[in-house]
Amino acid sequence: MKLSGGDLLMRALKDEGVKFIFGYPGGAALHIYDSIFKQNACEHILVRHEQGATHAADGYSRATGKPGVALVTSGPGATNAITGLATAYMDSIPLVVISGQVQSHLIGTDSFQETDMIGISRPIVKHSFIVQNTQDIPRIIQEAFHIATTGRPGPVVIDIPKDKTDPSKLYEYKRAKEVSLRSYQPRVLPHPGQIKKASKKILSAERPVIYAGGGVILGNAHKELISLNKLLKAPVTNTLMGLGAYPAKDKYFMGMLGMHGTYQANMAMHNADVIIAIGARFDDRITNTPSMFAPNAKIVHIDVDPASISKIINADIPIVGQVKESLLALIKEIKRSKIKIDSEALDNWNIQISKWRAQHGLNHDLYLSKIKSSMIAPQVVVQELYHATQGNAFVTSDVGQHQMFVAQYYHFNKPRRWINSGGLGTMGFGLPAAMGVKLAFPKQEVVCVTGEGSIQMCIQELSTCLQYNLPIKIININNEALGMVRQWQDMNYGGRHSASTYADSLPDFVKLAQSYGHVGMKVTKQSQLKKTLDKAFAMKDRLVFIDVYVDPNEHVYPMLVAPNGSMKDMWIKKNTKA
Amino acid sequence: MKRIISILIENKPGALARVVGLFHQRGYNIETLNVGPVFDGSYSRMTVTTRGSENDVEQITKQINKIIDVIKVSDLTEGDHHEYEFIMIKFKQSEKIKKILKSLNGKIHEKDKDAMVMSAWGPSSDIEVAIRDIGKANLLEIARSGSIGLHEGEKVLKI
Repeated sequence: MKLSGGDLLMRALKDEGVKFIFGYPGGAALHIYDSIFKQNACEHILVRHEQGATHAADGYSRATGKPGVALVTSGPGATNAITGLATAYMDSIPLVVISGQVQSHLIGTDSFQETDMIGISRPIVKHSFIVQNTQDIPRIIQEAFHIATTGRPGPVVIDIPKDKTDPSKLYEYKRAKEVSLRSYQPRVLPHPGQIKKASKKILSAERPVIYAGGGVILGNAHKELISLNKLLKAPVTNTLMGLGAYPAKDKYFMGMLGMHGTYQANMAMHNADVIIAIGARFDDRITNTPSMFAPNAKIVHIDVDPASISKIINADIPIVGQVKESLLALIKEIKRSKIKIDSEALDNWNIQISKWRAQHGLNHDLYLSKIKSSMIAPQVVVQELYHATQGNAFVTSDVGQHQMFVAQYYHFNKPRRWINSGGLGTMGFGLPAAMGVKLAFPKQEVVCVTGEGSIQMCIQELSTCLQYNLPIKIININNEALGMVRQWQDMNYGGRHSASTYADSLPDFVKLAQSYGHVGMKVTKQSQLKKTLDKAFAMKDRLVFIDVYVDPNEHVYPMLVAPNGSMKDMWIKKNTKA
Repeated sequence: MKRIISILIENKPGALARVVGLFHQRGYNIETLNVGPVFDGSYSRMTVTTRGSENDVEQITKQINKIIDVIKVSDLTEGDHHEYEFIMIKFKQSEKIKKILKSLNGKIHEKDKDAMVMSAWGPSSDIEVAIRDIGKANLLEIARSGSIGLHEGEKVLKI
């Protein structure tokens, strides 16, 4: 049977196993939308802004490990998808974003709703395609999914001129058995010689640290990471993107590292003699000043992307390969090796880390008991959330102080539970991402922890949540200011709060949620917090927006001292450096 | 240090822009650029010259390699290589310019009473010197091919 371009597209998506398409229609995409109407393999989720479509597809992907799919129209539809593409690109999330384009003969004429999507998106996609022949659509879809999901994953754009989905022009559907591209063959297996060298270096370490990033989660290698450390018993830290890759409850876990990492994790990195970097990329929010980074450490760096290795910090033993395969090879080699770990040195090292933890570690009890009647500490909100959900929820966040508080105080024991925009730092990510997660896991608790600044960047998606009955819980950590901006202004700009406050013009979030057909709750006192959360989580089939007013003066600590600081240089509280 | 990077890239729409864009995105400069289809025409060979340290060039080649349409990348300057550049020049009758170009395999293509068109080729370092020596006087127009090059000996860059 011959199919139109739109039908070829939908058939190809079905064959890729796509369940949801997040999108927004418009002129150039209308033939495709008609094809969507005629099929039922993929459910289309109508968002309220294309940024929401890309973030929802992204959240779906982060939670499931499957590629997310978004569909937008040409021009403004395409440009609105750009922030979501950049977000996915920075965090290596596999997305396939399909954009309608004006008809081929109009391209380049400044026609209505025309924009050069391929050109605009070029620096923020892994690859992009423009459809020139309708019969190529199935092949392009196959290649796009292959590229998006293999090697270092990332977003792929497919731009389809409207005439290529003309319903009157029909073509045969052909699907190749497998995709093979001569110009793209990502490395899977690590080099055995490098594995041997790494094993030797690791087993001879006295102060090793495992520094695991988002690559462990993307590469589905958390079990292998745990197995590796059953052998090594080394302290482990996860990056913001890696939280959940190693269980937070494990005694070797030190918490997150970097800008707002724990004291013990940052100190351990600085004082390590061997750093085992796994699927992490030495981001500037980790290393602080690169020339002052871990002065005595030899670096073993495992990454699927050779360009990530020795980009910021020179790797002594680079290992290019899939994280899972590399860890399996490393485990095998360590088991086979005759070198014995110096367990006395390692014990001393772990004792040292406990001492650091006791000195300046995140003090949970302090926060929980801190202020009984007066203002709520934002950290407490996260701790209470952790208790209310038994640590089992999927938690999405936006960007800023609340994001850091979740990273510090919600202890993720499983991968793919913590869903945030780490690389790009995109405000407005949390709510649409939570929609994607909830669609994938309708029976699981999905919480969006946000701030009154971030939530207003994609607040329109509350309407989508009603349409598709997505009973997520939104915890709005409300400090009536752009908290992280204000923290920097407090610390570096003499407390001059330039354009970071708006207390008199905030909406009544309870009424706002209600006007969208949801439940709104407001919390202003510590004594109401637990009760309100319990009440909200008991409402299984409703979206509940919980507006929690917190102490506006709270800062996120620890915080690396910059510029010209190393990882051991931290503010541990207001006006106190460690 | 000057580097000559050779790239084999799929001959597809937008492929060239991905390479050129990458230099800008990653903060590197392109000094010269040459591109044209080779063999069956399904792919092109690009030659880019740039300046940078060993580390810079390692990053550049790794990042270029990540571009999906790029098939192979090689830094010619890593080993022995042949490198040449071709130029065409239009100028007002000038024995000086003629002489300089003649010393670089110069060839006259057009001779008018007012102007003359000549081509020349040689190692780009010689071309640079020639351009400097020619100066501005009597010079009307100049076009450069940018460097192209091949590895010396048995080493080849092909699919």
